[in-house]
Amino acid sequence: MSGRVLVGVKRVIDYAVKIRVKPDNSSVVTDGVKHSMNPFCEIAVEEAVKLKEKKLIKEVVAVSCGPQQAQETIRTALAMGADRGIHVEVSGKDYETLGPLQVSKIMAALAKKEEAQLVILGKQAIDDDCNQTGQMTAALLDWPQGTFASEVAFDGDKIKVVREIDGGLETIMISSPAVITADLRLNTPRYATLPNIMKAKKKKIANVKPADLGVDLTSRLEVLRVDEPPQREAGVKVETVDDLVSKLKDAGRL
Amino acid sequence: MMNVNRFVVFSKSVKLTKRLLVCHVRPAGKQELHVQQQRSIKTHSRNLAYAKDLFLGQVNKAEVFPYPEIGNEEVDELNQLVAPVERFFSEEVDSAKIDREARIPPETLNGLKELGLFGIMVPEEYGGLGLSNTMYARLAEITSLDGSIAVTLAAHQAIGLKGILIAGNEAQKEKYLPKLASGEHIAAFCLTEPGSGSDAASIQTRATLSEDGTHYLINGSKFWISNGNMADVMTVFARTEVVVDGEKKDKITAFIVERAFGGVTNGKLEDKLGIRGSNTCEVNFDNVPVPVENVIGEVGGGFKVAMNILNSGRFSMGSSSAGMIKKLIEMTSEFAMTRKQFNKRLGEFGMIQEKFALMALNAFVMESMAYLTAGMMDRPGLPDCSLEAAMVKVFSSEGGWICVSEALQILGGLGYTKNYPYERFVRDCRILPIFEGTNEILRMYVALTGMQYAGKIITGKIKEMKKGNIGLALGMVGQKLRTSLGGSVDLGLTGKDGVVHPSLAESAKKLELNVSLFGSTVESLLYRFGKSIVDEQLMLKRVADVLINLYAMTAVLSRASRSISIGLRNHDHEVLLANTFCSEAFFKNNYWMTQLQKHAPENNDANIKKIAREVLENRAYVCSHPLERTY
Repeated sequence: MSGRVLVGVKRVIDYAVKIRVKPDNSSVVTDGVKHSMNPFCEIAVEEAVKLKEKKLIKEVVAVSCGPQQAQETIRTALAMGADRGIHVEVSGKDYETLGPLQVSKIMAALAKKEEAQLVILGKQAIDDDCNQTGQMTAALLDWPQGTFASEVAFDGDKIKVVREIDGGLETIMISSPAVITADLRLNTPRYATLPNIMKAKKKKIANVKPADLGVDLTSRLEVLRVDEPPQREAGVKVETVDDLVSKLKDAGRL
Repeated sequence: MMNVNRFVVFSKSVKLTKRLLVCHVRPAGKQELHVQQQRSIKTHSRNLAYAKDLFLGQVNKAEVFPYPEIGNEEVDELNQLVAPVERFFSEEVDSAKIDREARIPPETLNGLKELGLFGIMVPEEYGGLGLSNTMYARLAEITSLDGSIAVTLAAHQAIGLKGILIAGNEAQKEKYLPKLASGEHIAAFCLTEPGSGSDAASIQTRATLSEDGTHYLINGSKFWISNGNMADVMTVFARTEVVVDGEKKDKITAFIVERAFGGVTNGKLEDKLGIRGSNTCEVNFDNVPVPVENVIGEVGGGFKVAMNILNSGRFSMGSSSAGMIKKLIEMTSEFAMTRKQFNKRLGEFGMIQEKFALMALNAFVMESMAYLTAGMMDRPGLPDCSLEAAMVKVFSSEGGWICVSEALQILGGLGYTKNYPYERFVRDCRILPIFEGTNEILRMYVALTGMQYAGKIITGKIKEMKKGNIGLALGMVGQKLRTSLGGSVDLGLTGKDGVVHPSLAESAKKLELNVSLFGSTVESLLYRFGKSIVDEQLMLKRVADVLINLYAMTAVLSRASRSISIGLRNHDHEVLLANTFCSEAFFKNNYWMTQLQKHAPENNDANIKKIAREVLENRAYVCSHPLERTY
C-alpha cells in the first residue's frame, strides 16, 4: 500500500460570520467576508495527521478546489501537519457552479493519480450542507465508504469505522483503499501554531487544472434564487383547543 | 486673535534683524568656534526619524510618505498567523476567570507558548518567529483582548528579553534566547525600585565586582516587576563603579541574572485594580553572584540599554489599543442598535452617535500611528524612532482610557456590572498612562528632545550669521516676513509634487499651517526661555500635545492617501475619518499654540501654579467652608 492519504479541504465563510444575501438574490455576499477552513475538513486533516503520527500511514496530501485564495486553506492544512498540497484551480463561473459532483470527480481522478490508500473528507460543508462529496467519490472510484465516522482504526489490511447514525452508533469493517468522511466527534483539531505555520511555508503546493485530470466541470444544477430565512414572528397564546383550531383555520393551515 | 499672533511673530523677526545687523559688524567667527560647531552636530546626530523636523516647521515628506507597506507574501503570512491566535483567544481564553482568580491558568499559558507567542521577535535561528515590528504590532492587536495576557507577554519579550536581543553578544543570545523563545524560561525587566520610578537614573541596587574579577555580587530591591514571581531570566540594572578619565564614577550596568544563581527572592503578589492576571511583585537580590560574561553591553552603559529597550517596545501600544477599541465598537454597536428607549434605537441619538464616532476616530488614528511607526522602525539603518514611539504611547493610552469609559457609558447601568466585560476593560486600561514611562515623563521627553534639536540647529544658524553669512540671514528674515504678512504656507504636501491625495488636500493644508506655526512657536519659546525651558512643564506639555497631534495628522493623511490610491475597500470612510480628525486637531493645536504666545490671555498657567502652591503648602483644600461666618 502506498501509505498516502488524500484529504479534501474546503474554503468556506467562517462559521462566526453573519451571512447576508446579495441584493439581487443570486447568492450570498462573499466579498470581504472572513473565510476559513470548513470545520469538518479540519477534523479530517487532524485525523490524517494523527494516523501519520501513529506511523500507520506515510504521507498526508491536502487538496482544495477553488480560486487563488484556496491556497490559504491548503497552507492551514500544511501548518496542521500535512506534508504537501495540491491546488486544483477553479475560478470564475466554474467556481460558482462547482458542486459535489464536480469535486468528487476531481477527488477520484487525484486518488487514482496519487495512488492514495485512503481519502478522508469532512462529512459536509457548512455553506451548502450537501453531504454528498464523500459518497459520490467512493461511488466513482468503486471504493468502500465509511461516512459520519466518529472513530477510525486500522485492523490488519481492513479499516474499522464507527459511524454516527440516527439510531446510535454503527460499527463496520471496510477494506482499503476506502473513502472516509469525518463527523464532529472524531477528534479535536489542533491549533496551527505559529512556528508550524512558518515551517509550512517551505512545504510544496502543486498547481493542477481540472482539464489536466480529464474532468468536465459542467454543472447539471442551476441556482434560481437565494433568500434569507423568513423573520421569526411572534407567537400567539390560546386558552382552549377550539381556539387553536379556529386560529389555525384562519391562518389557512387547516 | 490671529492678527495679534502675526504681529507678535513679526515683531520678533524685526528684533532678530536688528540683532543680526549688530552682530555682523564683529569679526568673523574664530576657527575654534567653527570646529566646535561641527563636533556638536556630529555627536548630536542620533539618526532621529520624522518628528524632529516638525520642531523646525518642516515636514520631512520622505520619512512618512508613502505609508509603509509590506510585501504580498508577508500579507498572506500575516493572515495565516493571525487566524489561529484569534481563534485561541476567542475559544480558550476566559478573561473573566483570569480577572476573578487573579491568575492565568497554566493550560492557557501553555497554549500561548505552543502557539509561539513567547518569541515573536526572536530570530528564527534562536527558535523564535523572527517577525518584524509591523508583524508584532499586528499580533498585539489580538493579544490585547485580554489585558493580563498582553502584559505578561509584553513584560517577557518587549522588555524582559529585549536587552539580550538588541544589546547582547552572540554567546549570550545562543545561551538564553532559545529557551526564552519557546517559553520554557520566562523573562522579566528589573529597573524600577521603591525610591526610583520615573527617575530611573537614581536606582540604588549595587553590583560589586568580586576580588578575582570573575563575577559581580548584586544587592538591592526591585519593585513593580511584572512576571516577577515566575521569571527565570531577568534583565537587572544596578550601579557599578567604573573609572572614567581616572575618576571613579557610579554608573548603571545591565546584567542577565538567572534565578538559578541563588539569592533571588520575591515579595507577595500585588493586589491590583486591573491586569490582575499578570504577576507583579517585589524582587529582592541578596548577594546574587552574576558572572562577568552576563553583562549586557558595556559596564557603565546600562542606562542607555534601558532607554533603548523601553523605546523599542512602546509603539505596539498603538495597535493593541486599536485592537481593543475595534472589539468594543463591535460589542457596543450591537447593543446600541437593538436597545430602544423613547421608541427609538439608542444609535439614533446624537450623544450616543458621538461616542461611536469617538471610538472610530481613535481606533483609526492609533492604528495609523502605530503602523507608520512600526514601518519606520523596520527600515534598514536602525532609525531612532523613540520620539514617534513615545507619541504613539501617549495618544493611545489616553485615547484608550477615554474610549473604554465611553463604551461602558453606552451600556449604562449594565456596563457597570461584572456581567459584562466593560468594567474589566476600564480597570485594565487604567495602567496604560502609567507604566512604560508615565505620560507626564514622555511628554517632557518628546518636547525637550525636539526643542534641544531645534535649539542646536538654530544656534548653528546664528553662529553662521555671526560669521557674516548675510545670505542666510536675509533668507530667514524674508521667510518670516512672508509667512507673517499672510503669505501662504507650502510645505510640499499638496500640489504638483504633492504626496497627499487631492481629496485630503484641505486637511493637508491645515497640517502645513499648524507645522509652520509650530516651528515659529518653538523658536520663540527658545528665545524667551533658553535653557530654563526645562522647568516650564506646562509650556512643554502644550508643545508635546501639539506635536502628538501633528504626528497623528501626518499618520492619518499618509494612510488615507495610500488607501485611496490603491483603492482599498471603504476608503471613503477613511477620508471622512481623516478629515474629521485633522479638522478637530487643527483647532486644538491653534488654541494651544495661542496659549504658548507671550502674555497670552488664554494662558492661565501663572494662576494654576499659584493655586497649586497654596494648596500644597496647606496640605489641604484652602478655602473656608461656604457656610462659615466671621463672628
